[in-house]
Amino acid sequence: MNNRKYQKMVNELTPKENRLSNMLISFITGGIIGLIGTIIYVNLDKIYEPELAISFMLLIIIGTTAFLTCLGISDTLFQKFKCGLIIPITGFAHSVSASILDYKKEGLLNMGSNAFKLAGSVILYGIVSAVILTIIKVILNV
Amino acid sequence: MSSFKYNNVYIKDYETIAGPKEKEGNLVYQNTIDNYYYNEEKIEDAEIKMQNFCLTKIIKRNKLNNNIELIVGGDLLNQITITSYNLANRHLPFLGVYNACATFNESLIILSTMINQGSINSGLAITSSHNLNAERQYRFPIEYGSPKKQYTTFTTTGAACTLLTREPTNIKIESSTIGEVIDFGIKDATNMGAIMAPSAANTLHKHLTDLHRPLDYYDLIVTGDLGKLGSKIFLDLIKEEYNYNPKYYIDAASIIYNEEQNTYQGGSGPVVIPLVLFNKILKDKKNKRILLLATGSLHSPLMVNLKKSIPSITHAISIEVIK
Repeated sequence: MNNRKYQKMVNELTPKENRLSNMLISFITGGIIGLIGTIIYVNLDKIYEPELAISFMLLIIIGTTAFLTCLGISDTLFQKFKCGLIIPITGFAHSVSASILDYKKEGLLNMGSNAFKLAGSVILYGIVSAVILTIIKVILNV
Repeated sequence: MSSFKYNNVYIKDYETIAGPKEKEGNLVYQNTIDNYYYNEEKIEDAEIKMQNFCLTKIIKRNKLNNNIELIVGGDLLNQITITSYNLANRHLPFLGVYNACATFNESLIILSTMINQGSINSGLAITSSHNLNAERQYRFPIEYGSPKKQYTTFTTTGAACTLLTREPTNIKIESSTIGEVIDFGIKDATNMGAIMAPSAANTLHKHLTDLHRPLDYYDLIVTGDLGKLGSKIFLDLIKEEYNYNPKYYIDAASIIYNEEQNTYQGGSGPVVIPLVLFNKILKDKKNKRILLLATGSLHSPLMVNLKKSIPSITHAISIEVIK
């Protein structure tokens, strides 16, 4: 049996992920996170300036997720709701706090360098894409 | 030829310990632990403690003290640290081996060959794996719990220690086959069953042709940790390639956990074979000639990230139960 024939056989037998249901679950849970964020923002908006209210809202969501990660609740939620929780800022908070928990016992230096093991690419490519978009915006003068 | 027959190698004693998730599963074990930390602060220490527990019990029960001629063993962690740290300051001769989940059979082959040759009279095979340690090394941080695909396997927690001797007992190690490294171009490290199935099929065929045996010479063929999907691929493969149709076949990894435990395709790790062999197959006393095919996926996170295809290996051990 050659490689190609074998890979074909494996592909036939391997169960496929149900993409439609995954997408639906992610859509709904992602939406719920957005809704919670908006509710918090609308309430904070009455007290603070809009920009400050957004920052506080993000802090509350990040803090809650990190807290749930430390309690060991987040990972089960993430496995269940998948990208609905990974793509919003909850995913970022969870990946950083999970890495920190993992490297806690290796000392402060290792913990620091490994904290962004998973979130590092989010930060890097976030900044890079922001720079590129800003350049485009300046050139087009919109 | 890489198949060997042994005349005077026997399993005298064994000790196994299993983790909390395995405790809730299908089998009843000699010893179990209640949580992954095993009263230690670090999970690495917990795995060392599990191995240490098995080793100490075997030494005490057989009054071996310092008369151990050789220990062969290994585990899943980088540089087989768990086994090395377990044996630190014990003043015992040690050979560390690594063949991923085929480590246990590899140790048995080395020991059996040396005992059969007369180089040593007895020796110990030791192995362990820990779900959280493996998760951390091969996948993501423990608490991250990223969504898993349906066809992944779940690393089994446990440790096992086996004493092989020259003096006759009820369990005889009768023959063995050393496997070849086989790569069928599968790149997905989560689909371990598909990676390992071709090497299991290859070693099975080699074992039977080397020793001129029909398939039904064995009343039970056991694969190590192919998982439910992997064993399906394995059965299809041996039927198509060699026209084998085993009547009595089980996959050790598939029977460790029950359906509700959410472990996808079943267990994995070098400890799967000893856990199932000693806690189910030998306990049931139904089978006389057993062929153990321990399958190992030889990948490392580095090679997976470099998008290389993953090689695998399978070692076979045949066990005869005398009444």
